[in-house]
Formats: sequence, structure tokens, C-alpha cells
Amino acid sequence: MKTIRIGNGQGFWGDSVDAPVELLRGGPIDYIGMDYLAEVTLSIMMRQKLKNPDRGYATDFVGFIRRVLPELKERGVRVITNAGGLNPKACRQQIFEVARELGVSGLRVGVVEGDDILPRLASLVESGHPLHHMESGEPIVDVLGDVTSANAYLGAWPVVEALNQGADIVLCGRVTDTALALAPMAHEFGWSPEQWDLMAAGTVAGHILECGSQCTGGNFSRWWEVPDLWNVGFPLVEARADGTFVVTKHGGTGGMVTLETVAEQLVYEMGNPQEYLTPDVTADFTSIKLEADGANRVQVSGIRGRERTPFLKISASYLAGYKASGELTVSGPRAIDKARLCADIVWKRLERAGVTFADEDRLVELVGHSACLPGILPTPSEPPEVVLRLGVRDTDRDKVERFGKELAPLVTSGPPGVTGFAGGRPKPQEIVAYWPALIEREVVEANVHVTVEEV
Amino acid sequence: MRVPLSRIAHARSGDKGDGSNVGLIADSAPFYEILVQQVTSKRVKEHFSQVCFGPVDRYEVPNLRALNFILHDSLGGGGTMSLKTDAQGKTHGQGILSLEVDVPAELLSSGEEE
Repeated sequence: MKTIRIGNGQGFWGDSVDAPVELLRGGPIDYIGMDYLAEVTLSIMMRQKLKNPDRGYATDFVGFIRRVLPELKERGVRVITNAGGLNPKACRQQIFEVARELGVSGLRVGVVEGDDILPRLASLVESGHPLHHMESGEPIVDVLGDVTSANAYLGAWPVVEALNQGADIVLCGRVTDTALALAPMAHEFGWSPEQWDLMAAGTVAGHILECGSQCTGGNFSRWWEVPDLWNVGFPLVEARADGTFVVTKHGGTGGMVTLETVAEQLVYEMGNPQEYLTPDVTADFTSIKLEADGANRVQVSGIRGRERTPFLKISASYLAGYKASGELTVSGPRAIDKARLCADIVWKRLERAGVTFADEDRLVELVGHSACLPGILPTPSEPPEVVLRLGVRDTDRDKVERFGKELAPLVTSGPPGVTGFAGGRPKPQEIVAYWPALIEREVVEANVHVTVEEV
Repeated sequence: MRVPLSRIAHARSGDKGDGSNVGLIADSAPFYEILVQQVTSKRVKEHFSQVCFGPVDRYEVPNLRALNFILHDSLGGGGTMSLKTDAQGKTHGQGILSLEVDVPAELLSSGEEE
């Protein structure tokens, strides 16, 4: 039976820059998927594009292509990515530049557009799409003036179209992480959109792959069992037309692929296991069957899916005020008491200056004592030192800036043993907040288009 | 015997909006039954009482011998809004493993892992 190998070389924006190169060179592979977009990344790209109309995509991806393009072309390895961000056509021009410099010809690059709905957001709202926040239920009109990006998550089918047109590289903006794996399967095996079990199978493969080495030993509970984590192999699946696949990694790499490492990635951010929603399918994670298939191989089968919903998810971002945080190290006897006194001093001095924050808009953490899991793990009553971390947020930038001036004085006018103040006053940062909403899929899909061009 | 969950299960967590998603996976079928019976939403809510300020949802995933929990209102606003060090609930999987359960001693003697 025909098998295709689909790997993931980038789990998120900021992941290892060497991982995709190792994945390409470490053994046989047919497709590499790469994810560059976190929830608010597009908002950052929007700002870059406003400054320079040729920007607005993940420039790291062009760096990767520069390192490997002749090898990719020679071996016929195809790459699918959301690195196109808000400007996939500019990204394509840059890749064509690189191809010309390296003397590579006959390279076909596909671009998927239509996910960006910001230009028509106001008219969508006016024409009866309230885009209620999926958690709070509030309509987007409340923050419409502060919205900095708005994109729909597209599914696998526009990517399949680009692959069908012969694209060696497919550049998307907002597309689901799972589509990066489902699309090559649907393309290679000729699957159709209403084969729900197969759509679910490709989606589950995508979910296992989407966080890079999180299924090959990274972030594993029993980390002491994982060999050579420094050299962890990024994952790939060997996929078959019947929707079954094997999760594995290249030989000679570190990490491990076991029932346990794969199961941990399956439950990661899973939500309701019977209703894993994507633009392509409603996947049922309670149908997944895992079996060991030799060293570093896990066979996945039995996956069931149901019809996709009539909606696409929108990911918008908006400016929601400012925040700042700063840290001081408090050492010596009674470090906890002294750190709490420091926090108290800061709030009182701010109050004297007429600057107050609501309880939910200010934070006191004792790092090394109770910052992440308060009340859960036993805490030392007399630690030799703790890091005091203070933070505030507000819509008034001046208040946030004023807060930043109250940390350094503690070194000389607080209790003894306060140190570690470096890097200057904490500066107010804009809060770019996330607004998830649903929209009828036709509204977006009518504007999705795919172009494939050759250099 | 009263033991921490780390003796019979492993876990991973991440964010879901302003909630965290904590997946808990048993090491064997008998241990999965123990999770189903003893690791209720109520007990998880109590365990995370200083972290989670909303309800806790529990889902059973028997094919993976897993329970999946959503701890609502536990990330201080979530994503970029949050001021917390662990704004994405990345540590909650480690946290759940200290919750204690009763396990028959004979089940622990075979294939026990430290």
C-alpha cells in the first residue's frame, strides 16, 4: 500500500530553527508542515505590513528556504506552512528571489488567500454578523475601533487545491495546524470532503504533529525516561490511504515515540474529546486506537468523524490596554515576609501618588515559592531566597508607567537583602488581546482563492 | 495505599482561552478505573482551589485510559491579557500529579514506576 511521510518541522513561532533542517536531512520524507502563527502573531504582522507593504509574513521561513531549497527541489519534498501571514504574496516574491539567487528553477509556489477579513469587518458587522466572543458572549462591535487583525481559520481544501496544481511550497495565512497534515493526505490519496472518517484521521494526525517534538519526548511527564532530549527528533507520520498511520521519527535522533508520548499529545488542548471541531470535520477522539509497532513507532487507527459544522472560527485581535511587570530578588532570613512587605510598600506608595489598580488588574507572585501551583505542592517555609514578581494592567498607559518607577526604590528604601534589579524600569507594553468568534463558512469561503506561480 | 497520582498516571496541560486543559492518563486499565472513580471534578477543583476560580469539566476518554479536565477561569485572563508567569497553564499537568488516590497495594507491587 502507498505510504507518504508527513513531518512537522516547526511547532510554533519561536520553535527550533534547526529542527526542520534536521527533519529534512535525517531520512526519507515527502511533506514538511510548519506552523508560525500564534493567536496574536497576525497582529504583529499587521503592524509590520503597515510600516512596509512588502512585509507581514514570517521572515524566519525564508531563512529556512534559503538553507535548504536546492535539496528540497532535488528530492521533491514539498512544504506547507502558514508563514505567509498577512502577506503570502510578498513571501512568495521573497522565495522567488532566493530561488533566483541559488539558481533553482521550475519551483512552483502556491498562495492561499481569503482568510483576512479585516478590510470588510465593519461591513460584516453591519450586515448582521455580530461575531460574539466565544467565551464572554459580547459582540465585537464593542471593540471594533481597536481591532488590529481579523482572520478566519481555513481548512485543508484550499491547500489541497494548491497541491493539485503542482505547488512545491504552499504559503497560507491563517489555516488550521491540522490542515498542514490532512491536506497532503487528501491530495495524495484522492480523499473527498465528505469522507468524514478520513477527514478525522488526517485531522488527528495533524493534532499529533502540530506541536513538533511534544509527541516525540518533549514536555513528557516522565522526562527522566527520555533519551538524548537535546537531540530530539521532530515527528513524522507514515500515512496510508485507508486513514491509518504510524507516528515515528528519524533513526539516530533523540527523544522517543511511545504509546505514552503520543497519548499525552492527543490530550493536549483537546477540549471535548467527542467534538474536536475544525473547518474540515468534527473528529471523535474517543475512537482513536493506539498500538505499539516496534521501537519508536505507534500505529494509529479506528478514527471516526462526523459532518463539519456550518461555521468557521474567526481569530481577531484588538488593543486592550497596557501592562507591565518587574522582578526583584529577595534573599536572606524571612525572605517570604520581606517580599510580601515589598509588594505592600509598592501598592501604598502608588496609592499615595494617586495611582490605584483593581485587584484583578494587579499581580503579586513569589517565584520559587508559590507562583505557578499555589496550594498544590508543599512550599518551603524558610527558602533562602525568592523572586518577587509584580505586575499591573490598565487602559491608562500613564498609570502603568508610574508603576514601573516604584520597583527600584525598594533596593534602598525597603527591607534588607533586596537585589537583582537589572534592565531598567518595567515599560508599559500594549496588550494585544484575542477575540475568538464564529462566522457562517460561506461568508468567508466565497472569497478564498488559490494561485500557483512558477519561477 | 494512599499515593500521589504520579505513581499511576501521567499528564499534560495547556490553555483553552481563560481555562486550562489538563489531560490525565492512567498507566493501566485498573488504574483508569481508579481515576474514573476517585478523580472527580470536585476533587480537582479542591486541589486547584487557589488556581481555578470557575467550574471544572471532566471528560472520559476510555480508549486512551484518559480523563480530560477543563479548569475554567484559572489563567488570570488568559493569553496576552494575563499577568501570571504561567499564563497558559503549562504547569497544571505537573500539579495534578500530586493529587492523592487510594490504590490497592497489590496493584502497585507489579509494574510500579517511581
